[in-house]
Amino acid sequence: MGVASAMRQEDVLLPSYRDNGALLWRGVKMEEILLYWGGDERGNLSSGPPHDFPFCIPVGSQAPHAAGVAYALKFRKQQGVAVCLLGDGATSKGDMYEAMNFAGVHRLPVVFVVNNNQWAISVPLKLQTAAQTLAQKAIAAGFYGEQVDGNDIVAVREAANEAIDHARRGCGPRLIEALTYRLGDHTTADDAARYRLPQDVQMRWKEEPIARLRAYLVSQKAWGKAEEEELSSHCQREIDAAVERYLATSSRAPETMFEHLYKDLPAVYAAQREELEGLANA
Amino acid sequence: MPEVTLVDAINLVLARAMQDDPNVIVFGEDVGINGGVFRATAGLQQRFGPERVLDTPLAELLISGLCVGMASQGLKPVGEIQFMGFIYPCIDQLVNHASRLRHRTQGRLSCPMVLRAPCGAGIRAPEHHSEHTEAMLTHIPGLRVVIPSSPERAYGLLLAAIHDPDPVVFLEPTRLYRGARGLVDDNGEALSLDVAFVLREGRDVTLIGWGAILKETLAAAEALADEGISAEVIDLATLKPYDAETILASVAKTGRCVIVHEAARTGGLGAEIAALLAERGLTSLLAPVARVAGYDTVIPLPRLEQSYIPSINRIVSAARRACRFT
Repeated sequence: MGVASAMRQEDVLLPSYRDNGALLWRGVKMEEILLYWGGDERGNLSSGPPHDFPFCIPVGSQAPHAAGVAYALKFRKQQGVAVCLLGDGATSKGDMYEAMNFAGVHRLPVVFVVNNNQWAISVPLKLQTAAQTLAQKAIAAGFYGEQVDGNDIVAVREAANEAIDHARRGCGPRLIEALTYRLGDHTTADDAARYRLPQDVQMRWKEEPIARLRAYLVSQKAWGKAEEEELSSHCQREIDAAVERYLATSSRAPETMFEHLYKDLPAVYAAQREELEGLANA
Repeated sequence: MPEVTLVDAINLVLARAMQDDPNVIVFGEDVGINGGVFRATAGLQQRFGPERVLDTPLAELLISGLCVGMASQGLKPVGEIQFMGFIYPCIDQLVNHASRLRHRTQGRLSCPMVLRAPCGAGIRAPEHHSEHTEAMLTHIPGLRVVIPSSPERAYGLLLAAIHDPDPVVFLEPTRLYRGARGLVDDNGEALSLDVAFVLREGRDVTLIGWGAILKETLAAAEALADEGISAEVIDLATLKPYDAETILASVAKTGRCVIVHEAARTGGLGAEIAALLAERGLTSLLAPVARVAGYDTVIPLPRLEQSYIPSINRIVSAARRACRFT
């Protein structure tokens, strides 16, 4: 959220699957996200900026796309910056290093942001790397990387602002490592109690970013119980309405799976599509 | 019209595409000042500058991933993988992203990229430099896979691949780079990626091939003609999606089919064509469909590579057996 809020419309977001906050900020609708995860390709009909990438499911393979996007932006002398969001697990893949390495060579307008939540499903950071930080991985690619407190949205916004601005001015790529902690399970199918102690997780709740932001705003007398309640019920209404729209989505004809496979479906696959149509109508 | 080699034809068409469309960008390992290890991109950097013809770091995954990123924003990337044996790090990008970006975004983004890769044995190259593994690409939905068998078709098909709105892997038979010559009119006219080419008409048996092996296949057809067997020769050219109708029409006429490919036999594209004929052409068949293919071995080093590549004799024998089948 802090990173997305530092982006301009013409910037290009290349998110991972853990970046719902950034998606919402960019204009993707909640019911679209629900629809995709609810198993319907129409969830991909994103209301976000038309040039943004869909969130990437394979880990780290969006990093070379970010380098390609940034090359295109620079080649066309456009003002945009590619912003690539990754997890700590992605830093173990060659994809990210290959992308950073190329971005360094061409001083591309791209910012890589690693959401270091300490866990890649059940594998802790110490089994991902012996490097002291993930930010230092930028050094090998010839550019600057820095760590930021990922639980402090003001700090994240500030770091992202600075890095995006740096890239936009043609000064080359940046890497930001945002330090945080995955408080929840990896997915609803995951049970984190199998690999980490509940008391360790409990301790991390003290640093939970929304609670911290709230505490800060309250200390500045900029927030109180009334505002909190109002925001809470506003969010609840938005979520309920999105869930309703998601649940109300009509079913889809099976043969639509052939749509958008190629610009024009090649003749040789027409029979398969017709077979599916026939089965659906039978 | 000048007579040129296949690698010259590739060079001509890249220059033509770059001249006609400022969005075309060529990149890969050694494609810049060196003009590529086969010289397919010779002179392009000098002519179009280092921003449009660039040497990438030595990273194949990156090359394919850059294609996706650039194509998504409206550029026309033409990436080069130095040899097909080094294309495997690109498979993740081709399967998971290039071939499905249009579908994944329900038509919002697309991926009009071309990934070129030299392929095949027969040039006495070291290990990993003779691969012909198109079948692992033809299995990918959303992708096009194309391979020319002559300089003329290299020109027209590569131009079509660059114009195509979807991702194309364009395989270039190394054996033909300097081993095939033809008259190429640099007229900017593309060929269709939807049709196979009938290189020779015949009545008795259909020989289907693609890439360099059509040289042996055409020679086999010539030898068969001496025996009174009239062979039709089809260049499949676009392997994914392939032109089933031309195959079926030919076999409906001849009743016999021999599929020839340099790639290993098991799970090769020949198996798909044989299955097509079993499903839709069975009643025209007068003999079992035969495959003459590379063996299910590691492609041998140069001393034995000629024993691996399907020979004229093997093709002639298979066609002869099909014609004598009762």
